[in-house]
Amino acid sequence: MPDLGLDVLFKGKNMLRLLGGLWVAVRISLISVALSIPLGILLGIVMTFKNPITKTVTRIYLEFIRIMPQLVLLFIVFFSSTRTLGWDISGELASVIVFTAWGTAEMGDLVRGALISIPKHQYESASALALSPSQTYFYIIIPQTVRRLIPLSINLVTRMIKTTSLILMIGVVEVLKVAQQIIEANRMSSPNAAFGIYLVVLIMYFMICWPISMLARYLEKKWR
Amino acid sequence: MNWDFILKYLPLYETAALLTVKIGLIGIALSIAVGFLCAAVLYFKVPVLRQIVIVYIEVSRNTPLLIQLFFIYYALPKVGIGMSAQLCGIIGLAFLGGSYMAEAFRSGLEAVEPIQAESALSLGMQRSQALRYVVLPQAVSISVPAFVANIIFLLKETSVFSAISLMDLMFTAKDLIGQYYKTTESLFLLVVFYLIILLPVSILGSYVERRLRYAGFGS
Repeated sequence: MPDLGLDVLFKGKNMLRLLGGLWVAVRISLISVALSIPLGILLGIVMTFKNPITKTVTRIYLEFIRIMPQLVLLFIVFFSSTRTLGWDISGELASVIVFTAWGTAEMGDLVRGALISIPKHQYESASALALSPSQTYFYIIIPQTVRRLIPLSINLVTRMIKTTSLILMIGVVEVLKVAQQIIEANRMSSPNAAFGIYLVVLIMYFMICWPISMLARYLEKKWR
Repeated sequence: MNWDFILKYLPLYETAALLTVKIGLIGIALSIAVGFLCAAVLYFKVPVLRQIVIVYIEVSRNTPLLIQLFFIYYALPKVGIGMSAQLCGIIGLAFLGGSYMAEAFRSGLEAVEPIQAESALSLGMQRSQALRYVVLPQAVSISVPAFVANIIFLLKETSVFSAISLMDLMFTAKDLIGQYYKTTESLFLLVVFYLIILLPVSILGSYVERRLRYAGFGS
């Protein structure tokens, strides 16, 4: 068994540094999710409007954001917007903007799907029972929509966390960058460190995303 | 917008786009094969293999492609498994896509209620006939939307290949930005080329989805 460089992890503060890097990525995804859920709900509601203008505008937004790789969006915001708009944003801010825009599009589509999946007879039965429109929404429609939405939005969190690994490419120092630095620093003493460190990074992502996916799947089964 | 620049570097993007498409297509074809095998293992509840497939699906779905690629490209050579960047990209895409395709096929198979197969058997069909004429057509129809979404998702994921120094579209754009500082033109070409690759797939996908939406009538 060759030396796999796992000992490098326990040298100095390497483990803590890796966890700190992971936190940078997770924090960006949590901020983006927190912003995109309310914005996405709003977008989803707007998308159900029959108005042709809002319909076209939201549709184009959704299609463009969803068809472009997130990395391209990151490049556009990070490299191009700084030039055309003349502002100077950090990589972290650029990632929050991109992931919020992307999360809003995804969430908006989920909300729209959940809203139109509520059968019409639900509204009609409610009004037949003499519920006012606001009562219909509060007691009939929103509870059903939320039940369908919660597992899907939890899934969005894991997708967001996985996607934030891309911020490495616009120079944000996150877990993968820290891993590279640690490997570089120990190149002489432990040439195989790449194996151990990258394995640990892989496991870290797994340990974060897996429980969240399990929770989403559990809720989906429970509330079906 | 400097059109001379765009015309001058168009061929670079064409080569890069061809690489993206090539790796994407091979990777997607492999992930369909892997996904099909995994779904079959899960559907027929093959012992031992089933546990392995479940672990594989969980690991592959809950880790980012970028980290998987880093692991394949930088970590595996340390234990004696060195591969070219292209091969790494293809294997990484197949590793990621396999689990997504497996889930798509599996959910399609599971959505066909057991009564369908049972009725087919009671009509005197053999197991293989029931699978071929009753279960599979419905399962395919149900899994088409997820299948199409996965193909687009995987094509989009190819954008991270520049991280393992494959000269794909992202790599070319970043290179040109670094060399000539023509940010707007480079990114414009990048967006255009991704649209050229992804839009037809998206449009074709929704067409196929509409055509194959025959299962589960009444719901």
